[in-house]
Amino acid sequence: MLETFNFRVIFEYLPFYWKCFFATLWLSGGSLLGALVLGVIACAMRLSESRIISRVAGVYIESIRSTPLLAQLYFFYFGLPSLGIRMPEEATGILALTLNSGAYMAEIIRAGVQSISYGQIEAAMSSGLSYLQRMRYIVLPQALGVSIPPMLGQAIVLVKDSALLSLISIVELTRAGQILTSERFMPAEGFLTTAVFYLIIYYILKAFSHWSQKRLIFRGA
Amino acid sequence: MWGFYFEQLVQSVPFFLKGLWMTVAVSGSSLVAGTVLGFVWGVIRAGRGKVLKRIIGAWVDLIRGTPFLVQVFIFFFILPEAGIQLEAFPASVIALTNLSACFICEIVAGGIQSIPSGQREAATASGLSSYHQLRYIILPQAMRIILPPLVGQYVLLVKDSSVVSAIGVTDVTRVGWLTVQRIPEGIMVFGLVGILYFVICYPLIRLSNTLEKRMTVVTTKL
Repeated sequence: MLETFNFRVIFEYLPFYWKCFFATLWLSGGSLLGALVLGVIACAMRLSESRIISRVAGVYIESIRSTPLLAQLYFFYFGLPSLGIRMPEEATGILALTLNSGAYMAEIIRAGVQSISYGQIEAAMSSGLSYLQRMRYIVLPQALGVSIPPMLGQAIVLVKDSALLSLISIVELTRAGQILTSERFMPAEGFLTTAVFYLIIYYILKAFSHWSQKRLIFRGA
Repeated sequence: MWGFYFEQLVQSVPFFLKGLWMTVAVSGSSLVAGTVLGFVWGVIRAGRGKVLKRIIGAWVDLIRGTPFLVQVFIFFFILPEAGIQLEAFPASVIALTNLSACFICEIVAGGIQSIPSGQREAATASGLSSYHQLRYIILPQAMRIILPPLVGQYVLLVKDSSVVSAIGVTDVTRVGWLTVQRIPEGIMVFGLVGILYFVICYPLIRLSNTLEKRMTVVTTKL
């Protein structure tokens, strides 16, 4: 297999791969931003005093977590047109990825906020800190310290999940592999190159996660 | 119109149940094989053999760093080039087994490493062999930490099994995809697909949560 590995074809397709690499980056980056916002909102709703609001967020989170992303993606891809809503594939893809990751983000943020024992907040109150000061100096530094590593983990999952967008014919890294395979009949060259590009993102995010774990948790403790 | 499509969908329910059976078959066989393989790798990874540890660690990183869809394509399209011809079903079981083994390996290794080294030293001092240490001292205690994320991993496995529909395995997702070509009501069709996955995954998620609560109680009692 390796002796027939054709690097010339890979070099020929390299500019195309770079373009697709950036497509993957902006698709998953955009979804990540959306998921962060949605996660904060869903988490706030989940922790809300009102039973109904909390229940609504609970249903959203649980139904996302117990169905596969691919089914959700097809749900929007085939479902929205039948409701009369037409939008480009990229928008559908980002919508599905955002809704999917938002549910996981909500759980991560909730775990972070709930990891702070109530005694600390009581202690801060008795030291005379205002609500904003308590948030600024006691709750958020610790909650962030706890939730940033799993958030980076979720970012890695999100980048990998964006590969599924190739199945609704969005051109990104995995699609690039499929295109090379179908144009030149070279699956090894096509998909291994794709894998290398994903690994680049993975190792960068992983290094960042290690670094943040060292920095943030020690500062919080 | 909606009612007409609904009736058609009801008629294709047996087709969906067949797909559900395929999903259960693919994820069930990968679950068993992946757990066994994952435990073996995990024990090696937490052990003392430096070379094997590195090799497994590097392999786990490669698998965790690439999308499962790409792995499925690699197993399905590239192995034939190396002379190993695989049908879609075995190819997906192999890919899914490998994926879950990699994640389970990390869970198991983490669980074993969380056992204080004093336990192992005490076991060595009592004259237990490495196998007996693992069997009677380390694993029973580590299981408390391993079990909740392990069940969580099974949920991921069932969900990831939907990806193998891309190479033509007729699981629930593929059945939904085929049906939606005939019944153009995506919300209804994939709503049904979602419900079928929910039926499998939700009990597992609850089980994982319950286990987590129970196991933590045991820890605080100690």
